[in-house]
Amino acid sequence: MRNRSQFVLGLAVCMLVLSTPAVSQQRNVALLASSCAACHGTNGHSVGGMPSLAGSSPSHFIEQMRQFTEGERISTVMFHHASGYTKEEIKLMAAYFSKQ
Amino acid sequence: MILKRRTFIKTAAITAMAAISPAIIAKTATKQKRVVVIGGGFAGATAAKYVAMWSTNIEVVMIERNAQFVSCPQSNLVLGGSRTLQQLTHDYNGLADNHAIKTVQAEVVSVDTDKQQVKLDDGVIVAYDRLIIAPGIDFIYDDLPMLASFEAQQKIPHAWKAGPQTEILKRQLHGMKKGGTMVMTVPATPFRCPPGPYERACQVAYYLKNHNPTAKLIILDANADIVSKKALFKDAWQQYYSSLIEYVPNSAIESIDVANLTIETEFDDFSADVLNVIPAQKAGKVAEMAGIINVDKRWCKVDFLTYQSTEKQNVHVIGDAVHAKLPKSGHMANAQAKVCAAAVVALLAEQQPEQQPVFSNTCYSFIDDKQAMHIAAVYRYNKEQKSMIAMPGGGVSAFASELEGDYANSWGKNIWHDMLK
Repeated sequence: MRNRSQFVLGLAVCMLVLSTPAVSQQRNVALLASSCAACHGTNGHSVGGMPSLAGSSPSHFIEQMRQFTEGERISTVMFHHASGYTKEEIKLMAAYFSKQ
Repeated sequence: MILKRRTFIKTAAITAMAAISPAIIAKTATKQKRVVVIGGGFAGATAAKYVAMWSTNIEVVMIERNAQFVSCPQSNLVLGGSRTLQQLTHDYNGLADNHAIKTVQAEVVSVDTDKQQVKLDDGVIVAYDRLIIAPGIDFIYDDLPMLASFEAQQKIPHAWKAGPQTEILKRQLHGMKKGGTMVMTVPATPFRCPPGPYERACQVAYYLKNHNPTAKLIILDANADIVSKKALFKDAWQQYYSSLIEYVPNSAIESIDVANLTIETEFDDFSADVLNVIPAQKAGKVAEMAGIINVDKRWCKVDFLTYQSTEKQNVHVIGDAVHAKLPKSGHMANAQAKVCAAAVVALLAEQQPEQQPVFSNTCYSFIDDKQAMHIAAVYRYNKEQKSMIAMPGGGVSAFASELEGDYANSWGKNIWHDMLK
């Protein structure tokens, strides 16, 4: 039940974030963020080893992703992930995980 | 334990309208839609869970022939001796308990895509609104007919589906005579888990180094070179296993003598004490039953926005069976399953699926009991090519490390939980 409302919430969040009307494509943010789950747990709730993304503040998430992308924060694998997403997508994911 | 067929029929009969024939699990007369998932691996179980999680009025039925899930990722470590198969085995209870998914342990015997029905081995018929097929792989024995029988595969295991086959190879390796020779073969690409054979070589060598140091592993690779994490594997072999591994590229198999464990390539003959042949692969047989194999008689072409088969309406296919510019990995199966699940939920609600899917892949390989290394990339839908394309920025570890060994273990814990709980 909780998960379903989160999914709907994800859609709603994404509509809010996409403030410019020129962006016509509505993104499914729950789907976008679900890619992180393989390592960081379903909806960002890690069950071991990896940090949870759920509940992290959007600014923290965005800053970490920026640092991974620009190599400021040394990583093993996260550079390969962070650099593949657009800034807009990272913002959407940040908003999503902050509400989990 | 997953729900047995009889229990399922009983459950279905209780929940469904009274008018249905007992042999047919018809859809109920209500507005509720039914999604049937065939296969409970990385692709199928994830799809079942996420359809249930992301919808309010869809009944999800998952059909899987095995009682439990056994992870292929990390199963090479069973050969090395640092994992047990039990540690890689998980039940399906979470799908039923947490997501109200009906899990049925059965073999599918036919798929009628016109009537939208799946027939099980006990004659039960399950109707669907949308079908998600996650058939995994089957082996191609056309060029290796001597290995097609069950008996031959007991003597020369593939161990490319985790389970009893893994145990057979482990037993053979661990029981091999001192100073003996194991020969393993690698098929031409594409195959399940591109770094897998080379990780296996590490794990076999790791075992030999500790328990049978005068023995040898010969790798006969049908490819011209190592196909994934090449520099990293070469480094590991040189640094840790230089006297143990002999790598022979361009070595397609010509023939095998099962009784004598000899193998012939175009250039040479090899005699083995333990022989591990990983045959060429194709989409699992359920894909064939559904008539959705349409690339090289091996793989299934899909629309990457929905994973709907290009052959059949309302039939989706995910995982290793898909023809794609994506590695055939558990992580990719998990990611494809989520795009498919979201699309199925959207389509059943008559909404447009996500038009810009993007997801990431990570494959870890262990070079011994503790150190691992990764290959990772983000893949994004390209409208012009109608395909998932790797983004620049993907790549491999700088070196194998214990830190990444820990990450690999965490990956396992989280992805198994993500698909099963």
